Amino acid sequence: MTPAEPSEEPQDALLRVLPSATAGEVDLEALGLKEEDLRELYRLMALTRRADLEATALQRQGELAVYPPLIGQEAAQVGSAFALRESDWIFPSYRELGAALVRGVDLVEYLHFYRATWHGGTYDAREHRFGYVSVPVGSQILHAVGYAMGARLDGDPIVALTYFGDGATSEGDFHEGCNFAAVFRAPVIFFCQNNQWAISVPVSAQTVAPIWKKAEAYGFPGVCVDGNDVLAVHLATREAAARAREDGTPTLIEAVTYRLGPHSTADDASRYQPGEEVESWKARDPLVRYRAWLEGSGLVDQAFVDEVEGEAKSFAAEMRAGVIGSGPRPVEEMFRWVFEDIPPHLARQRDEALRFAAEAEDPEAGIRRA
Amino acid sequence: MVKALNEALRRSLSEDDRTLVLGEDVGKLGGVFRVTEGLQAEFGDKRVFDTPLAEAAIAGVSLGLALAGWRPVAEMQFDGFSYPALDQVISHVAKYRYRSRGRQTVPIVIRIPFAGGIGAAEHHSESPEAYYAHTAGLKVVAPSTPIDAHDLLRASIADPDPVIFFEPKSRYWSKEEGDLDGASALPIGKARVLREGSDCTVIAYGAMVARSLAAARAAAARGTELEVLDLRTLVPLDLDALAASVRRTGRAVVVHEAPLTAGFGAEVVARLMEDAFDCLEAPVLRVTGYDTPYPPATIESHYLPSIERILDAVDRVTNY
Ligand SMILES: Cc1ncc(C[n+]2csc(CCOP(=O)(O)OP(=O)(O)O)c2C)c(N)n1
Ligand SMILES: [Mg+2]
Repeated sequence: MTPAEPSEEPQDALLRVLPSATAGEVDLEALGLKEEDLRELYRLMALTRRADLEATALQRQGELAVYPPLIGQEAAQVGSAFALRESDWIFPSYRELGAALVRGVDLVEYLHFYRATWHGGTYDAREHRFGYVSVPVGSQILHAVGYAMGARLDGDPIVALTYFGDGATSEGDFHEGCNFAAVFRAPVIFFCQNNQWAISVPVSAQTVAPIWKKAEAYGFPGVCVDGNDVLAVHLATREAAARAREDGTPTLIEAVTYRLGPHSTADDASRYQPGEEVESWKARDPLVRYRAWLEGSGLVDQAFVDEVEGEAKSFAAEMRAGVIGSGPRPVEEMFRWVFEDIPPHLARQRDEALRFAAEAEDPEAGIRRA
Repeated sequence: MVKALNEALRRSLSEDDRTLVLGEDVGKLGGVFRVTEGLQAEFGDKRVFDTPLAEAAIAGVSLGLALAGWRPVAEMQFDGFSYPALDQVISHVAKYRYRSRGRQTVPIVIRIPFAGGIGAAEHHSESPEAYYAHTAGLKVVAPSTPIDAHDLLRASIADPDPVIFFEPKSRYWSKEEGDLDGASALPIGKARVLREGSDCTVIAYGAMVARSLAAARAAAARGTELEVLDLRTLVPLDLDALAASVRRTGRAVVVHEAPLTAGFGAEVVARLMEDAFDCLEAPVLRVTGYDTPYPPATIESHYLPSIERILDAVDRVTNY
């Protein structure tokens, strides 16, 4: 449960908590978890699974423009987000619907990004301390570092956690962010979900050294954790948060997981992802694995599992209804938040756009003009 | 158009074994738009290869590869993801010939799928051409049809100077009758009149060419004959073709998806003021995207120049 020695091979370095058998003791005290937390983690993962599948289905039915499924990464997201305090910040990429759910972000508001109703979604990032969806790979990493720097200047004991993928570790933003965090002792958790693929590029073609080891060169701890083991993810994040709060030590966590779905609904992963590989990771499904252990250890019974399933179903149904029931934003909003006050040139453009929008709704307007 | 671009790359790769294709997902996947489909299988992974996910590096190593005598054709996966590469492009790629006192040329092509109208998520619909056009030392090409895309990509790869090659995403699936085997590739820097008309010239490039042609058909039904000029290359701009067309029609409207302020249309209008002022019957108008971030796709149709907006501008210049 301690970070591995940097000299170890990644497989041996992998932090694991869940016993490989479907039953077995874990030291709850060491994990800082109560039995009810274990059940809550399961509940959040189950809701995430269901909401994610529903979002994929919504895209297939034309209700979302695009959607990047997170299936297979529930433990990595839920375990890490759950380990934070409410006052901590999360700076996500684009695949973190699970972390958004943990944060209590309304998923309909979250999915407005993917419905293309509003960039960033319509939720208030500040209310949930959950940043807006960030698509330019790696860009959000620096925002987490800056936020953490600012909080440190204020003496505010918060932690900023940023999610990114294995591919993002190739961007300059990642390396610059690590260095800044180390130099300024910014309380940041760099949480890399290594799902083995960056669209069609396998992690073996992305980087040669193990991701978690890169931390050493920047001067802070790197941890490699079984990303499909929700308790291990939780533990690694909890320890990282404690270090960050203590004296601003950043941590890089590499959660080894797998993207069981396509990169996005626009992607055909069968062109590059070997079927056997997908199958072998399906056998390590984080939700199935956690449930098996909970059941085997007598921590949950069938009634609880059924109850969560029922809740997940209605949760997803509500999400679906909210998504389908929302239309495009008024055209006027296109202009509203460009600046604090709309300058004259933009006001002119807005008026023009509104005039054309009105004409488009009035079939006789065009004829009148012609 | 995707097939035409793919064919241009295939021909360039087979004719010159110094040509390389690199970028994110261009290998086995064949690019997210399949423009590089099959090329790695045909030419091997030493000449067509995936890079780690880093646009600044893609541009910067392309420069190094060019110095080593290779001809890199680099792909930026989307317009909105080309920005990390701007430092390398502006500070080095564009200036290398100049800084080397002409001793060293860097024949690099950077392909960028650009512009909107495809219902995409944020960052996938941008029109950044003005940034590049404003940077001395870069040629900027933006074809509108499959055959032009093929011919101009071939010309860009053969060009001794760096070329930013904009591919209009919303035209990727467009088809065109004709021959890709045109004996000599179309040179960079030549505009083309796609439709002749006497009342007003509509000047466009990329996806807005098709939109302008549609507007011209609608105008013809109302008795107004529009000439449609496809710039095809923004830098170097075909000043002669521009002035010649407007000399014939006396009126002009410039159409692009990029925002209005300091957009490429401003350059076109200024050139017309300089070169054709004496025969202008009306102010030259611009129909463009608005000065807002590219909006969410559910309202993008209100942002993009529509046929109605083009016709409205045409009415204003013809009734001036
Ligand atoms: C700067 C930038 N370049 C390219 C892209 C296109 N793109 C989107 S996701 C992606 C792969 C990212 O892989 P990874 O970081 O491993 O995250 P994952 O998608 O696997 O969660 C690419 C290339 C982008 N969004 N931003
Ligand atoms: Mg990945």
